[in-house]
Amino acid sequence: MVQSLHYLKESASQTAGPYVHIGLAPGDAGFDIYRRELGRDITGPNAQGTRITVTGTVTDGTGAPVKDVLIEVWQANAAGVYPGAGEVEEGFRGWGRVIPDFDTGVFEVKTVKPGAVMGRNGRLMAPHLNLWLVARGINVGLNTRMYFGDEAAANAADPVLGLIEQAHRRQTLVALADGNRYHFDIRLQGDPETVFFDV
Amino acid sequence: MTPAELYQRNREWHPPAYAPDYKTSVARSPRNALLSLQGSMSELTGPTFGHNDIDPLDNDLIRNYAQSGDPIGERIIVHGRVLDENARPVPNTLVEIWQANAGGRYRHKKDTYLAPIDPSFGGCGRTLTDADGQYVFRTVKPGAYPWRNWVNNWRPAHIHVSVFGAAFAQRLITQMYFEGDPLIAKCPIVQTIPDKRAVDQLVAALDLNATVPLDSIAYKFDIVLRGHRSTFFENRPEGN
Ligand SMILES: [Fe+3]
Repeated sequence: MVQSLHYLKESASQTAGPYVHIGLAPGDAGFDIYRRELGRDITGPNAQGTRITVTGTVTDGTGAPVKDVLIEVWQANAAGVYPGAGEVEEGFRGWGRVIPDFDTGVFEVKTVKPGAVMGRNGRLMAPHLNLWLVARGINVGLNTRMYFGDEAAANAADPVLGLIEQAHRRQTLVALADGNRYHFDIRLQGDPETVFFDV
Repeated sequence: MTPAELYQRNREWHPPAYAPDYKTSVARSPRNALLSLQGSMSELTGPTFGHNDIDPLDNDLIRNYAQSGDPIGERIIVHGRVLDENARPVPNTLVEIWQANAGGRYRHKKDTYLAPIDPSFGGCGRTLTDADGQYVFRTVKPGAYPWRNWVNNWRPAHIHVSVFGAAFAQRLITQMYFEGDPLIAKCPIVQTIPDKRAVDQLVAALDLNATVPLDSIAYKFDIVLRGHRSTFFENRPEGN
């Protein structure tokens, strides 16, 4: 026998189930209970930078939209600073929750375009949104990133995109740009399946 | 400076993405391997919340939606601590819960189970842990409910729990079960977890010391988030 290390084990994840909205977005479940639901406003009123809208659909392995998914967004401000890691605009939370339309499955994120963020080893990461997806049938929340299609040079130098061995799979993390609007589809399974991270 | 990195998540302790006995996971599980990322600012920072974000009644599910009178059901207190893998408390972190009512029915426009909606029960609550990582909710014990997987599947009584921690990579959603429930062993969602000890960790213990005598029974449920690595003797390349 040896000494015990005495670490605790992380609590095992369980699916958020079909009624995740009750807990995390009760207005979408069909009732108002809280004075203010959290995650409705990513940027606050004072955020600098370009206002953008991202729309898209999450689809499953059969190609059907995942209408009950809940997506959380975590991002830096336009200067590339995460709240808590430096000065950000008053009211900039950098975090939000997004629910697709129950009928169409289309989600919409309204935010500001983040700046590039310093990554590991002094390598700059291209502007990106960090996304976390939970839903019925997803046993452990899925982490991915959304990069911007109009940042080709920065994306080409991004250390995380560069880790993706199959070059064509990098495109699954890059949103199509159309002015201040971006389109980003996420495929949980199938071709081309979105790259998900073990963070 | 980059915040401390996290211990690697033990993917063998968590359920696999593809768990065919839980049928919905079949089409919703990525088939490619997850790409392992060392933590950067994007993963090691995370949102914070304060007392101005929530109201004092938000953690009292017996009162936070009651229109007239209390909800039906067994009155319970659920309390515990949010800790990390180093057994250190996680203070001031947001804990959100949601659950069915005592009859096993959710207040959700998509829930059509024949058990009745309780007019006095919303079914969600939220709170911040204190400096010691402690949290407490008051609610009613949720009922078991049937769900479409196999023809005759019943979810054990459970409360869904969402926790943040300090880093976005600590984000966790899990479920709390109740000591002594025979449905735990029969549930394909619980059984997506490969290790029996990991299941046991999600079963709240009856805690008679925390009851309110003649009022509410209590269960204790500790939640463990990923731990931060120590920075002693660490190689830190420039800019990292
Ligand atoms: Fe449930």
